[in-house]
Amino acid sequence: MRRLIWLSVVAAVAIAYPLLLSSPFQQRLGALVLLYAIAASAWNIVGGYAGQVSVGHVVFFGCGAYAAMGSYAKFGLSPLFGIPGGIVLAVGLAAIIGVPTLRLSGHYFSMATIAVAETMRLIVTNTDWLGAAVGLSGPAVPRNVFDLSFLSSLPYYYLFLVILAITLFITWWMTNSRMGFYLRAIKDSERAARSLGAPASRTKLYAYMLSAALTSVAGALYAMMFGFVDPESGLGILISVKILIMAALGGAGLLFGPLVGAAILVPLEEISNSWLGGKGAGLTFVVYGAIIVLIARFQPGGLLSLFTRRRKPASETGASHAP
Amino acid sequence: MSFVLVQVIVGGLLLGAVYALFSSGLTLVWGMMNIVNFAHGDFVMLGMYVAYVVYTLMGAGPILGAPLATLVLATVGVVVYFALIRGIMKGPMLAQILGTFGLALLLRYSVFWWFGANFLSMPQDIVGGTYAFAGLRLEASRLLAGVVALLVTLGLHLLLTRTSLGSKMLAVAEDQTAAQLMGIRPDTMQAIAWAIAAGATGLAGALIANFFYIVPTVGETLSIVAFVTVSLGGFGSVPGALVAGLLIGVIESLSGYLIGAIYKDIIVYILFLFFLWFRPQGLMGKS
Repeated sequence: MRRLIWLSVVAAVAIAYPLLLSSPFQQRLGALVLLYAIAASAWNIVGGYAGQVSVGHVVFFGCGAYAAMGSYAKFGLSPLFGIPGGIVLAVGLAAIIGVPTLRLSGHYFSMATIAVAETMRLIVTNTDWLGAAVGLSGPAVPRNVFDLSFLSSLPYYYLFLVILAITLFITWWMTNSRMGFYLRAIKDSERAARSLGAPASRTKLYAYMLSAALTSVAGALYAMMFGFVDPESGLGILISVKILIMAALGGAGLLFGPLVGAAILVPLEEISNSWLGGKGAGLTFVVYGAIIVLIARFQPGGLLSLFTRRRKPASETGASHAP
Repeated sequence: MSFVLVQVIVGGLLLGAVYALFSSGLTLVWGMMNIVNFAHGDFVMLGMYVAYVVYTLMGAGPILGAPLATLVLATVGVVVYFALIRGIMKGPMLAQILGTFGLALLLRYSVFWWFGANFLSMPQDIVGGTYAFAGLRLEASRLLAGVVALLVTLGLHLLLTRTSLGSKMLAVAEDQTAAQLMGIRPDTMQAIAWAIAAGATGLAGALIANFFYIVPTVGETLSIVAFVTVSLGGFGSVPGALVAGLLIGVIESLSGYLIGAIYKDIIVYILFLFFLWFRPQGLMGKS
């Protein structure tokens, strides 16, 4: 009951926000928070619930961004075709990457995902058809609503809100399904989970593919909102880093953790960029780095775990599994 | 074999020795504490900037720059150990990865913020010109880096295997509780390991700063080079890192020369994934 009340409050605030704080900057900020919350929630499925810390999720983000922008720029196709294309691409790639890398334990998985992401970035940077280092941008034709290209941030805001709600619903549904129980068991001890008959490899792979599909949607939306994609904005390792930091700051393995993280970090980045101008990018990541070090050192379960700990002692993995 | 090819291989060996030097620091820390330092390449980057600052402030070359970079980074290593690593070592894995990853961002973008994103470089003749023997042309700066790195890496190996300090460190790596019962303080030994590991990166950074491009993000690539070296050489093994470092230097130089400069990083990354594929339990063989 209490949870339902909280959920209604959060939903009401989210729906009312762009109407109450209606300057273009505030609306854009809100849309970006939701966009990153989608990506971070998608990461959370594999990084938070399954405990596989992927630092290469930008690969799937890039699949979505390049598929949506590529089909738009090259063939004049609406992203309504490009987005499913990106999902197919991301899920296929997740299967190819996931089968060998998910066998790796702990740090080795993280390192392998970095290598995969950097390889992809270097390949795309040297592929002329994908715009090489310059990237791709949308065609300069009159746009309509099917292009998902709007002048104001307001339509993006509500579009992202719907997709975030779907993402969170899928996550919630998954955690309460058989798959969710398997994932928690694997996270606590993969060997124990295996010995009890949980199909560890298959479950991790499914989670990875689901996470990849949702991440690619975030990438496609990002490319649509900004109207372009290049190797840095679509495949740069910093995108991965932002996504995983948001999830970890709010609380990895908690349903609303990524949203909380995005709601703190996105405004921090946008405001510091607008105050500090071009030099701000460097300082923003200094602050990012400092925040991560502090969470890792003092609150490894993320901010939300401060509230959930009272109800449930933090397990050895640092994050409790509620809600 | 053509002279050019020999030249490329020798160049690869000299660079590979430097790879071996900074990777041996990573392998030491990894072996002792089971911590992967994602900021390892950024430590090398800091070493490069220390050398650069020493040059711009005092006009001094590696004679002053290299020892100073070693000292500064060794200090950084000890500080990082006590402020961060000790706290996250026994924690959840996400915290371990985040901790050193956050450190990498903190270092990388502090330097970015202070020095800007531009490529910096040291003057060509800071160490001396180019030597020619038997048709091979070798830059003095590369020769110095390769030879010093090789000697220091071998020295590190001797330190670990032939001295009582080395035995104590290996004892801590083997079994912390047992070591403690023998009157060894694991905390001190681990702090020393961090000082040595980071000091080695400082030295390596200062040595390659004389001919490498200096840019805040160079550490990202160097971290991956160190991961590959440690994966190939075997976890915790300094001689392994030496052989692997030399091999990777040569592979990188050859692929840069034969296939194209842009592909040499891709080759290194694919090599890394390939090694991991065959040693899926991580490289120490236990899951």
